[in-house]
Amino acid sequence: MSTINEERPADALRAHDAAARRDHEETRPLGGIAGWVDDRTGGTKGVSTLMKKVFPDHWSFMLGEIAMYSMIICLLTGVFLTFWFIPSMTQSPYDGSYVPLQGVMVSDAYRSTLDISFDIRGGLLIRQIHHWAALIFVVAVFCHMARVFFTGAFRKPREINWVFGTILSLLACIEGFAGYSLPDDLLSGTGIRAMNGFVQSIPVIGSYMAYFIFGGAFPGELIIPRLYSLHILLVPAALVGLFTAHILLVFLQKHTQYPGPGRTNNNVVGYPFMPVYIAKAGGFFFIVFGVIALISAVVSINPIWGYGPYDPSPITAGSQPDWYMGFADGALRLLPGFLEFVAFGFTFSMNIFPGSILLLPIMWTIIGIYPFVEKWVTGDDREHHLLDRPRNAPARTGIGVAGIVLYSVLFFAAGNDLMAIKLHLSINDITNTLRVLFFIGPPIAYWITKRICLSMQQYDRDKVLHGRETGTIWRHANGEFEEIHAPLTPRERWHLVQQEVQEPFVVTETTDAHGVANPVARKDQWRAKLSHFYFKDRVDPVTPAELEAAHHAHGPALATEPTETEAAETEASEPAIERH
Amino acid sequence: MKALAARRRHPAAIALLILVGLLVTGGAYSFAAPKDANASAAAADTVAQGKTLFLANCASCHGTGAQGTNEGPSLYGVGAAAVDFQMSTGRMPMTSPNVQAPAQQDIKFTSDQIAAIAAFVASLAPGPAVPDQQYTTVIEPGTQENNEAIARGGEIFRVNCAMCHNFAGAGGALTRGKYAPPLQGIDPVHIYEAMVTGPQSMPVFSDTNIKPASKQQLISYLHAIENRPEQGGMTLGNLGPVSEGLFAWTFGIGILIGCAIWLGKKAA
Amino acid sequence: MTEHENGAPAQSTDLAHASSSGALTTRGALPERFENPGLPPHVYRAADVEPQAAKHAERQVATLFALSMVATLVFLVTYFAIPEESTFFFPGVGTINTLHVALGLSMGFSLFLIGIGAVHWAKTLMPDHEIVEERHLQRSTDEQRASAVNVVVEGGRSAQLDRRPLLKYTLGGALGLFALPFAFQLVGSLGPVTVGELKETIWDPEENDGKPIRLMRDPEMTPIKLSDVTQGSVFHVMPETLQKYLDEGRHVLEAKAKAAVILIRIDPDLIKVKKAKDWSVDGVVAYSKICTHVGCAVGLYEQTTHHLLCPCHQSTFDLTHDCAVIFGPAKRPLPQLKITVDDAGYLVAPEGFHEPVGPSFWERAR
Repeated sequence: MSTINEERPADALRAHDAAARRDHEETRPLGGIAGWVDDRTGGTKGVSTLMKKVFPDHWSFMLGEIAMYSMIICLLTGVFLTFWFIPSMTQSPYDGSYVPLQGVMVSDAYRSTLDISFDIRGGLLIRQIHHWAALIFVVAVFCHMARVFFTGAFRKPREINWVFGTILSLLACIEGFAGYSLPDDLLSGTGIRAMNGFVQSIPVIGSYMAYFIFGGAFPGELIIPRLYSLHILLVPAALVGLFTAHILLVFLQKHTQYPGPGRTNNNVVGYPFMPVYIAKAGGFFFIVFGVIALISAVVSINPIWGYGPYDPSPITAGSQPDWYMGFADGALRLLPGFLEFVAFGFTFSMNIFPGSILLLPIMWTIIGIYPFVEKWVTGDDREHHLLDRPRNAPARTGIGVAGIVLYSVLFFAAGNDLMAIKLHLSINDITNTLRVLFFIGPPIAYWITKRICLSMQQYDRDKVLHGRETGTIWRHANGEFEEIHAPLTPRERWHLVQQEVQEPFVVTETTDAHGVANPVARKDQWRAKLSHFYFKDRVDPVTPAELEAAHHAHGPALATEPTETEAAETEASEPAIERH
Repeated sequence: MKALAARRRHPAAIALLILVGLLVTGGAYSFAAPKDANASAAAADTVAQGKTLFLANCASCHGTGAQGTNEGPSLYGVGAAAVDFQMSTGRMPMTSPNVQAPAQQDIKFTSDQIAAIAAFVASLAPGPAVPDQQYTTVIEPGTQENNEAIARGGEIFRVNCAMCHNFAGAGGALTRGKYAPPLQGIDPVHIYEAMVTGPQSMPVFSDTNIKPASKQQLISYLHAIENRPEQGGMTLGNLGPVSEGLFAWTFGIGILIGCAIWLGKKAA
Repeated sequence: MTEHENGAPAQSTDLAHASSSGALTTRGALPERFENPGLPPHVYRAADVEPQAAKHAERQVATLFALSMVATLVFLVTYFAIPEESTFFFPGVGTINTLHVALGLSMGFSLFLIGIGAVHWAKTLMPDHEIVEERHLQRSTDEQRASAVNVVVEGGRSAQLDRRPLLKYTLGGALGLFALPFAFQLVGSLGPVTVGELKETIWDPEENDGKPIRLMRDPEMTPIKLSDVTQGSVFHVMPETLQKYLDEGRHVLEAKAKAAVILIRIDPDLIKVKKAKDWSVDGVVAYSKICTHVGCAVGLYEQTTHHLLCPCHQSTFDLTHDCAVIFGPAKRPLPQLKITVDDAGYLVAPEGFHEPVGPSFWERAR
């Protein structure tokens, strides 16, 4: 295989200094500070392994990096903000430089955020970078999650890292919500007020929990200091710790790669950490930071001075949480009121509790256990380092899209009021439509996605069998027109035929030798059902024999002489969808 | 519009009440008021002109006597302020019955014609007049007194208006397709008139509720926040976290993915 | 059908699936599957073969780095030179604060250009031969596993864990319990558990020495005469008793959080519920403004439909039917506040709320 030491044509430019360079290399000792450190730690061994680590190149692998860098940007700018922010709810009249609030009673938290925005040079820039980076952080986390899911990168041995990632995404949302609440403006205060309602809705312990969290009656003077402690200490510590483990596991297990010529389950093909990935990943940090700074320079975010200080009496139209909490807010908008009832003298707020308190743990648990469910269905205990093309796992892709649709229904429900004014619709109609979509959207999305995947696989098959369209039209002697197809090269073809096909699991014996029902078999029947759900409909990759047969029908390798029988042949080679 | 009209005040009772009120006040006024022959003649002319215009343009929905029909509400007691607000913002005449009359750029009548119709409608029954200029001139920031008056207006705005019109006056949704319109760039007179007349879905904030001076502060607050320079760049419509989230999901992640694709592509 | 039909399913109840790659049947000389054709031949970049292109790339990267330095300098100059109040006009956006935009753009470009430069360098001049690194099974070898188990078991044995169970159990107990004091301290001290307060508001006449409480305009805190409330009017109301809290400057928000009331005048004939009519004065009704869903302020009143709408989750309450819920996630009507007129003509609440206001909670109906 090629290595970086291979000579390149342009190296001739430096031919005159090559000898000198080599001499130097051979005698270069590890000195200075690095030597001093190695004397005491022996760390060089690890460093050289790390530097030679290979990373495959693909844009979708950078989604996780966007998340990582946004988080680092949040940490950096967050430290800046702590120097000026005062997490206190003590009220006093505002006397800063924002005129339309002068003399209004505000809390220290709100005042100090106004001061950061108006009276500290560049303070608003840092605040906006912090907030934009936070939004983009969670966006990138979700995109990264989707990439890992749709490519099957969560399969053995990476289930642990999927679970870590799941917890990280939940922590990211909690961290975001805590931060959103800190400025104590009218919008975030309304959010905290709603949170108070959520907590109160918990059966049995709700009222007590609310009093514990707020340190007494809502709003009290403790919630902001407490959220501050969560936001700058507890959650970031957990985030950074888990994230470190997340990254360490990537190094340990080596990155997955997309299938392709020369890429197998037993290797990883890419560029070395030193120097290529140091430059690319390091450079990408600056790109992400730069882009977020540019956005923050020109696009305003969370103008807390406009909302005014929190007061339980006023409220603003369009009271929404930041987007990552939108789905829970949307769930609350869709849940009908009749779900609340009183039994045995106690109030069961089932119009609030499921959407606000239960939804988060349920959703994240389902996400977290998915790899284990799929592994149980497939019974596949092998390591997987080659990614799936989403079309080659139609059921999984369908489930993923169904999940996204479900999430989106809730997410868009949180913006039903803005959809109503911007699209000139009735808010009631939108809400009712979304209520219906919540139930029928996911199955429809599953079915459509699966069909699209299968037809894309079918398309791949046709392309392998008949070659790629050349755009050249051939006219037959009888006046018929036909497009010439050029056969694929083995490397082009490999992309389309590399996948392995999973067949449904079949239960053969449901009773033992004495005719007694086998309890293990019952479990297996469930598995067989799920396995059928996953793998019943599928399109198999073309085999060499099939290709040979197709070529035989076409005559020579290059299909320059289309025959009248071709149409019939195409049909004959078509039946690839199998049903058991 | 039928249901809407039916739900308004009981037409007969109101009409009777107003008729009596008119006779009494009108009669008393004609005796007590200081007379200026020319002025009252001119006023009578205006009212007559207004009536002509009214019959031609408004009567098909509001009735020939402005008593209201199934298509449009009665105009007894709405006052000149309501006519001025509805017609000067292009809301009336309405092109077709709808859940809500939207403001139009295209104003169909001159200010004199609108004043004439207003005078005619005001002559039917007492109602809020077009506000005094004293309370529709905005207070400019500068002195501490003015600044605090503006801030006071902000507090009144947040309690009374922001729930429908949004914290920045960007507007918001109501039920069944109705909406609270944006308040940016609206003439102070029209804001004042809307408050005292309660057009369409909007409730009334009469001068006994929010004092004229407080209304002036409120209008000045809106003026102040609209004319402030944007502190942090484009506002994305001041619609709150939804537009910010949308931006993050489109431009934010889009630009970064674009950079990632460039990064992952082999150089030529 | 394809040849997969030929491969009969494995005959066992567990793991009875066969992947097509597993069962290798051959037809003639053709393999069952295509073979991986191996890495494609390397394609040289312009900078690898043309000295000029390499030089060009070098210049591009250096220019990007240099521009980044310029942007940093611009930031520093901007920071000191531009006054905070200076603004500029940008078409389509309006007047913008110059300092913020200048600082942001210069900082953004100083970072962005470093990144672009570094990546461009990596793409054009750094080696682009793909390296192949072999993978190995993640799992440790059986010997390594056995030795690890051995170390642990031996360690436990040498600590005499197996021979002295008393130590094992007492240590377990101590470790199991040590966290309790911390948990108790936290849970016990987080907040006072005066949950009964959820049912109280400062509209209770006890707050006013048993006298009826005047309705005051929010935020002006001026009393309201019945005649002030014209047809179709909406007043946002706080109790007279709030003044005490405002004067002291303590627990203002806690008091307001449950006391906010909306006062509306409609045609008395439209009020369909007898209780609602009895508690009103000439069509003037007062309801709690705190949503019975999760507690947002229900302030959006539509004069034409007599609906009250909550902007948080769109619960809609019908004023003509005692604020019953007609749409959205709330279940209960907004609690009504009984009002009358006092001798001076001002609106007063003689009794306070008859039920807890705001969102539901477990003990609410008790």
